Amino acid sequence: MAQAAIEIDSVTKVFKIYREKAQSTKERVIRFGRNPYERFKALDDVSISVTEGETMALLGHNGSGKSTLLKCVSGTMRPTSGRIAIPADQRLAALLELGAGFHGDLTGRENVYLNGSILGFSKAQVDRIFDDIVEFAELGDFIDNQVKHFSSGMYARLGFAVAINVEPDILVIDEVLSVGDEAFQRKCIERIKQFQRSGRTILVVSHAAELIRQIADRAAVLDHGRIVDIAAPGEAIRTFRETLTKRGIQIPDESLLEPPPSLVAPAGETAAGPRWSGPPSGSVPAITVDKAVQITGVRVEYPDPESRYLMPDQPMRVRIDYIAPERIDDIAFSLEAHDEDAKLIIATDTETVGMPVHAVEGVGALCFDMDRVPLLDGTYLLTVVAQTRDGGTTWDRRDQEDRFEVMNPTRERGVVHIPLTVVHYFQGAVPT
Amino acid sequence: MADITEARPANGRVPDGILAGGSEQPTKDTPQAHLTPSRVSPRPALEISKRPSPVKRLRHLWQYRELLGNLVRKELKVKYKNSALGFVWSLLNPLMYLVVFSFVFGAVLHVKVPYYGIFFLSGLLAWNFFSAGVMGGTSAIVGNAQLVTKVWFPREALVLASVGAGLVHFFLQSLVLFGALAVFTRAPDLSLLPTLLLAMLVLLLLTSALAIALSAINVYLRDTQHLMEVVLLAWFWFSAIAYPYAGVITTLRAHFHGASEWIATANPVLLIVITFQKVIYNPAKDVALIDHGQLWYLEHLGIWLALSVAMLYGSLRIFSRLEDNFAEEI
Repeated sequence: MAQAAIEIDSVTKVFKIYREKAQSTKERVIRFGRNPYERFKALDDVSISVTEGETMALLGHNGSGKSTLLKCVSGTMRPTSGRIAIPADQRLAALLELGAGFHGDLTGRENVYLNGSILGFSKAQVDRIFDDIVEFAELGDFIDNQVKHFSSGMYARLGFAVAINVEPDILVIDEVLSVGDEAFQRKCIERIKQFQRSGRTILVVSHAAELIRQIADRAAVLDHGRIVDIAAPGEAIRTFRETLTKRGIQIPDESLLEPPPSLVAPAGETAAGPRWSGPPSGSVPAITVDKAVQITGVRVEYPDPESRYLMPDQPMRVRIDYIAPERIDDIAFSLEAHDEDAKLIIATDTETVGMPVHAVEGVGALCFDMDRVPLLDGTYLLTVVAQTRDGGTTWDRRDQEDRFEVMNPTRERGVVHIPLTVVHYFQGAVPT
Repeated sequence: MADITEARPANGRVPDGILAGGSEQPTKDTPQAHLTPSRVSPRPALEISKRPSPVKRLRHLWQYRELLGNLVRKELKVKYKNSALGFVWSLLNPLMYLVVFSFVFGAVLHVKVPYYGIFFLSGLLAWNFFSAGVMGGTSAIVGNAQLVTKVWFPREALVLASVGAGLVHFFLQSLVLFGALAVFTRAPDLSLLPTLLLAMLVLLLLTSALAIALSAINVYLRDTQHLMEVVLLAWFWFSAIAYPYAGVITTLRAHFHGASEWIATANPVLLIVITFQKVIYNPAKDVALIDHGQLWYLEHLGIWLALSVAMLYGSLRIFSRLEDNFAEEI
């Protein structure tokens, strides 16, 4: 029977935000030393039920209330209203900050025992796992040095090692897996998976979508202190990206997708007022086309016009609007896409694909139509160039101003989606 | 695409034993095996969001008693880390007080108290514990902000660790007192030892109660810390430590007659100090410094025992209430 390991029931947390800290003595006396404050709902009627043995991730932008929720669950903060309960026979360990509670003047060994007892474990219990902790943290003889001489990596490793090795039933982790080098991170994830296999419960906050996709069973999306979605990781990551998009983060500026006003209607003749803020339409200077070919806009079109992202393997169109005051015969368009780590994903042009553009004149649009985009997940930046066929002269370019997004609803990780089937041959017993 | 998701078991978990069996999955040797009682359903729930009652708080503290020990040890270690004399300072402090006060009161002001040093030290011992416990305790929560915001544990353990560290110093400093007793070949009145222990208990409860309440208030009003320094200075001089209690009671009697003893012992520290003086300083009959019998001490200490238990209960309630927002206010 699956029981709830963490029951979060309509939890609300109201903070007092003090408007001003410094005050004159007179004011303080009048207000009796109290500062004026506003109320701010960091958590608004949040309900999540984490089943025993489940790994639940919390996603949300900065200030969405994730950390407040974790603090309430770990007990370091009490909600204004609502109820949080865990089974009384289970032990919860929270890892809100690596090495929280370490004291610089004490040795690693002393800190391990101190930290263990803060987590509620006796000396005898820590004794049993002490060697595991030291081994996991890769500290060796360093364990008997004062922690203040530790490198930040050693510090973080020891903190993680203590929390994971005390083997709590419920582990609450806040964005701590991003510490340490890659090898150690892998080790942490290994350990967490082992932890999951033994049927324990995890509540984790992370910004790393890939990590959540990898380890979480479900994810809850928080936006402005409210739960927006609780779903499988892929779905939740998508919802999360949508909340970001709604908040205007990480999406191309709408106005860039529109052709400049001077091209739509001559200055002064705009019927309706401009949709964007700026100088009054009457005084908008006409944009002079000073290039032989000018790219006026790049638009990414998804199969679903409502959608702001692409799913793996869906088709996509990149539409390039241009204006060429005079006829240009030596013309080619090139398209490049980089991922967020600036790695080049694709670079091609009309010549390379063997579909040359013969000439441009006046206003037009050129489209790169892709049958399917086998990318998995992420934001990709587009660079579009109008140039001569040999690439020697650049007429105009838009450098990474436009982007497209791919959302992967599945657990598959990596960069590209390669459809595959599995074949398994049984070839008999092991030859002796 | 969908195949990939479905390839995982429904709950995303490989059943126990298949994969976990091969790896060095800890089973018996983990602390958990000893901690988790057999799982019966429906299981009682632990409500994290609920404010614990003082009794529950005490139960938590008992569960975390080892933490308390570790925190006391940490406090002592950290205090004298990188100091050449280390614990010797705990002994030097009362010795220096002894020299200064003996000079001022004995040589300059000519207070008529034989063996003034021993008289003064016996009261100072109790006072030092009280003031160290209250001062250390008051700043204990704020001083451990990093810990308080990040980890859950019974927070009053931090406060009680300061009180505990004070207790260790108390025992160290009593060595100085024993030294002084040996030098002057004086002996405490051992027949009154139970009274002394009762006074000690009251002192411990009282210090803890005050420290717990003040530590929580200090999170919201940092002035508390500074205010307490002044309050404790006044308190010291009102507690008949450096001068004989007989003078106090004589003055009070002139104005308040029968009520004067109650007025004097309304300051519990004074009551404890004069108990310490009675037992340890053990004045000779002819030096009529302290004129109460053992019963008088027991009666007044008994009242304060009840009061300090009530104060401890009250301060735990205050603490519970104020603890709600420690993490944001700190």
